[in-house]
Amino acid sequence: MLEIRDIHKTFNKGTINEKVALRGVSLRLEDGDFCTVIGGNGAGKSTMLNAVAGVWPVDEGRIFIDDVDVTGLPEFKRAKYLGRVFQDPMTGTAATMELRENLALALRRGQRRTLKWGITKAEKERFIRALETFDLGLETRSSIKVGMLSGGQRQAVTLLMATLKRPRLLLLDEHTAALDPKTAQKVLELSDKIIEEENLTAMMVTHNMRDAINHGNRLIMMNEGQIVLDISGEEKKNLTVEDLLQKFEDVSGEEFSNDSALLSKN
Amino acid sequence: MLDIMALLRSLPPSIAQGIIWGIMAIGVYITFKILDFADLTVDGSLALGGSVAVMLILNGMPPGVALIFATAAGLVAGLVTGILHTLLGIPDILAGILSQIALYSINMNIMGKSNAAISVDNYHLVVSLRYINAAIIIGLIFLAAIVCILYWFFGTELGYTIRATGCNEAMSRAQGINTNTAKIIGLALSNGLVGLSGGLIAQYQGYSDVNMGRGAIVIGLAAVIIGEVIGDALLGKRLNFAGRLTFAAIGAVIYYMVITFVLWLGLPSQDMKLFSAIVVALFLAVPYLRSKSVSSFKKAARKGASS
Repeated sequence: MLEIRDIHKTFNKGTINEKVALRGVSLRLEDGDFCTVIGGNGAGKSTMLNAVAGVWPVDEGRIFIDDVDVTGLPEFKRAKYLGRVFQDPMTGTAATMELRENLALALRRGQRRTLKWGITKAEKERFIRALETFDLGLETRSSIKVGMLSGGQRQAVTLLMATLKRPRLLLLDEHTAALDPKTAQKVLELSDKIIEEENLTAMMVTHNMRDAINHGNRLIMMNEGQIVLDISGEEKKNLTVEDLLQKFEDVSGEEFSNDSALLSKN
Repeated sequence: MLDIMALLRSLPPSIAQGIIWGIMAIGVYITFKILDFADLTVDGSLALGGSVAVMLILNGMPPGVALIFATAAGLVAGLVTGILHTLLGIPDILAGILSQIALYSINMNIMGKSNAAISVDNYHLVVSLRYINAAIIIGLIFLAAIVCILYWFFGTELGYTIRATGCNEAMSRAQGINTNTAKIIGLALSNGLVGLSGGLIAQYQGYSDVNMGRGAIVIGLAAVIIGEVIGDALLGKRLNFAGRLTFAAIGAVIYYMVITFVLWLGLPSQDMKLFSAIVVALFLAVPYLRSKSVSSFKKAARKGASS
């Protein structure tokens, strides 16, 4: 369960580059909710995810994960509740370390790191089995350096790392935006599968309206640092791209920003 | 006239020296290659290790035990650089320079003057240039032990955090790693080894000098890079972590053999540091220039003009 209570964030306060990124965002996700987040560039989608992840402290408001107030926790301490996949496939993995070493790092998320071996024999086998379920041909290459993998493979590995140890909340930050359409589809399917099988609570930022509609049980739209639309249940199931565009106009009183990526309907 | 025998006679001392400095090179490997941190503390922490060891021996401590304190002193120096960088937000190179400069005064205070001598006649030193063969063997034992310990350490959960931090900080934090702590541990470990190396060097040469670490980082980088080039050429992908550490030390030995060789050829010793700097600059530039030869604006312009 995630609860965001009225968070605000302004970057570069008091300078010429001042940017109000979040202006009073509140959101509550129940266990098992899979919420997609759409909005134009600069709407605050990624900023909201980063606020939850603790990349920087928020100016106002509180954030709770499973009733734990994490507002004051730095990023590395919050990590124990979170699984994260980033937009840039390079961000989620350590390129100079082996694939299985990356997985071993992820398996110890939220634990104290001691002088015990960084990876055990049993874990090596467990990782091979986990890679098998991904069906990317990586199960035979678990000792390869991650830097040798393609962007799509690295993104899939990051997804596995994010979920290897069950997170209380999975944060997907436009994690398919940098991939070619076919790979993006594959990574998206994998995400769906894991979220469903593990019954995870998840938030997925996307530029793609169709993806936002087709995935998850809830959809929120952001504009200028606020949530302007929140659709769930039956209404979400029957939603079309045209509905979404119309709803945005109704709610915000303006036409949907002519952002080509945002308007991509397929 | 060049005297071949003189060259051969000077080889064993250069090997002994290379092995002892090789311990420092392994320290530099930890910061430069694993942590991706250009740590200039090294120049100060090497002299710190030497000063601490010599003064403790002069005050009656067994030379072997004095090395433990030399290591601990280097560890603290690395800790300070780590705190300057992580908690106080000072850029990596500047943090190292600040520690290095501060250590100059600290080393002067430890010795009370700019240098201090210990004669192998009066003390049972761990290594001495009087006994080259023994120095080589003892140096190799130290090296082997250090490579084993580091191989184990970087295979532990804690060691993984340092490797991950050096590779990708954003990912490390997302996986719950305190990257500040990881950097501080890495810097302390590295400078601990440099301090140990300084303690051994002072015993080997029979004195410590406040300037004995000047340019040490350049020698360390030279050793790391030479070792890497040779290691990759000889073993390539089969080179594991222990091999890479060993080759950093081998790089130091080769460095000192080359130095001995160019001195023998008649290069004035005052030009040695210039020579070292040029060697390091060349080795650092080669990979860059090689990639440029594959893809560069000049080349693109030529191709465009000819078509």
